[in-house]
Amino acid sequence: MARTGILIETENNAVKDTSLGVMTAAKGQEIIALVTDADPAGLKDKLAEFGAAKIVKLAASGGDITASPDLMAEALAAAVKEFDLTALLGTASVAGKDLFARLAALMDLPLVSDCVALDLGAKTARKSHFSGKTFATLKVDATVLLATVRPNAIEAEPAPAAGEIADFTADVTDPGKLVIKEVKKGDAGKIDLTEAPIIITGGRAIKAAENYKMLDDCAAKVGAAVGASRAAVDAGYAPHSMQVGQTGKTVSPKLYIACGVSGAVQHFAGMKTSKVIVAINEDKDAPIFAKCDYGIVGDIFEVVPVLTEKL
Amino acid sequence: MKICVCVKHVPDTAATIRIEGDAGFKDSEIKFVASPYDEYGIEEAVKLVEKNGGEVVIVTVGKPGADATIRSALAMGAERGILVTTDSQFLDATLTAKALKAAMEKDGMPDIIFTGKGSVDTETFQTQYRLAGYLGMPVVNDVSKLTVDGGKAVAELEVGGGDKQVIEMNLPCVIGATKGLNEPRYPKFPDIMKAKKKKIEQMTLADLGIDGAAGAVILEKLEPVPERSGAKMIEGSVEDQVTELIRILKEDEKVL
Repeated sequence: MARTGILIETENNAVKDTSLGVMTAAKGQEIIALVTDADPAGLKDKLAEFGAAKIVKLAASGGDITASPDLMAEALAAAVKEFDLTALLGTASVAGKDLFARLAALMDLPLVSDCVALDLGAKTARKSHFSGKTFATLKVDATVLLATVRPNAIEAEPAPAAGEIADFTADVTDPGKLVIKEVKKGDAGKIDLTEAPIIITGGRAIKAAENYKMLDDCAAKVGAAVGASRAAVDAGYAPHSMQVGQTGKTVSPKLYIACGVSGAVQHFAGMKTSKVIVAINEDKDAPIFAKCDYGIVGDIFEVVPVLTEKL
Repeated sequence: MKICVCVKHVPDTAATIRIEGDAGFKDSEIKFVASPYDEYGIEEAVKLVEKNGGEVVIVTVGKPGADATIRSALAMGAERGILVTTDSQFLDATLTAKALKAAMEKDGMPDIIFTGKGSVDTETFQTQYRLAGYLGMPVVNDVSKLTVDGGKAVAELEVGGGDKQVIEMNLPCVIGATKGLNEPRYPKFPDIMKAKKKKIEQMTLADLGIDGAAGAVILEKLEPVPERSGAKMIEGSVEDQVTELIRILKEDEKVL
């Protein structure tokens, strides 16, 4: 059986749901779950349930691999060789995309970034081209397939396996060329936009930065993240880190609720692959209604509070 | 200080992509522009040279028509351009990186290389890393703030969840620019006129000893992402609308 490595992302010592979807992308393969930043014993039940034959705590002889992306890439490259992997997959999160690109450059292997579907047997991947307007099917000719999977694009399915715990310390000492001087923490407890299963976005109609509180309240009821349209960011209502769409984040949640977003093609570029898109807009002729699943014509300041109350 | 900015010639983000054949698209009738993230790189490079002296060179690997995109970058204040021509919009990222490297080595190595954080056509998010790898330079991506002082660069980048990292590295280095880094200028008419006289050196992939067909990632199929056919509108009072919406999301769609 071909052996596939999965780089597991964790939060507060728990496996992120997005990583479980990545494991499902390797269904039918012998899965080696690579853990870098948590105690594997605490993750064993979950990882075994979703298909990990082996759970490996990855470390480097040269120091803390989580402190340097280049050192982490070196350690992953060593793990690919150690476990004789024919594929290594990760989440197309900000960190995952960065790390896999470093790894691909280091190993001089092809990489498919941000896949929405993957066939490891045929070595093909499906991903967005032209900002969500087209899907490309790519065939990869390589001994080891490297790919990152768009968060939430593949639904996690249980596939119980042994989940045997092991350690691997890569013999890498070069700390790389980057020195991380400081980490500036964002709002603690905020759900990462690109990985959130539900997103509520406020567009220009939100009218003021303080009105995002209304969306925050609604989001808190269902564990959603809050996003913003470019118009809202450009008007100064929200920071760029919240922007969904072209020149912002690409997201693919199971539910996307657009509040007061007109629906420019550049906005759709960032959220078109969401499973269900709901729009709430005062203007019945807003372009977003032509391209979403469910629509409510109404003032967001009237509709959203009722939604929050009823959720 | 010499700065190279890698600029990709891509369909305008508002353009409609019409598929042609299995894995092609009609590029004759759509407008091409510099990939939006690249513009932040151009602006930052021009600002650094305005402050420290030197020159900004635009390096593009693209189809022959890409000279128009280079001209627009020259109008923003870059000094000259290099165009490595290729037949395909979908050149493998490893080959693009090799072509960029070869063109820069031929022209003289820069102190800083800017790219966008990713291109909006193929969205491979890797060329800058491969270029840095081939050149043995440090690379950071998604950079929204940059300070260059002496032989060092300090970059601020978002790492997810709103968290930011401040990373220091030595020059020469590769910086992937994103929104927030600056506000790209709109060239004025005299700048556009001046850009027409600036030099664009052209060469082919083969001139640089690169085989354009040697990529390991092959585009087999290109297809439109299905469009939704229009929303099911939920009518009634606000109370009724919201109740019905929640019912649909819970019972029909099972996403709540």
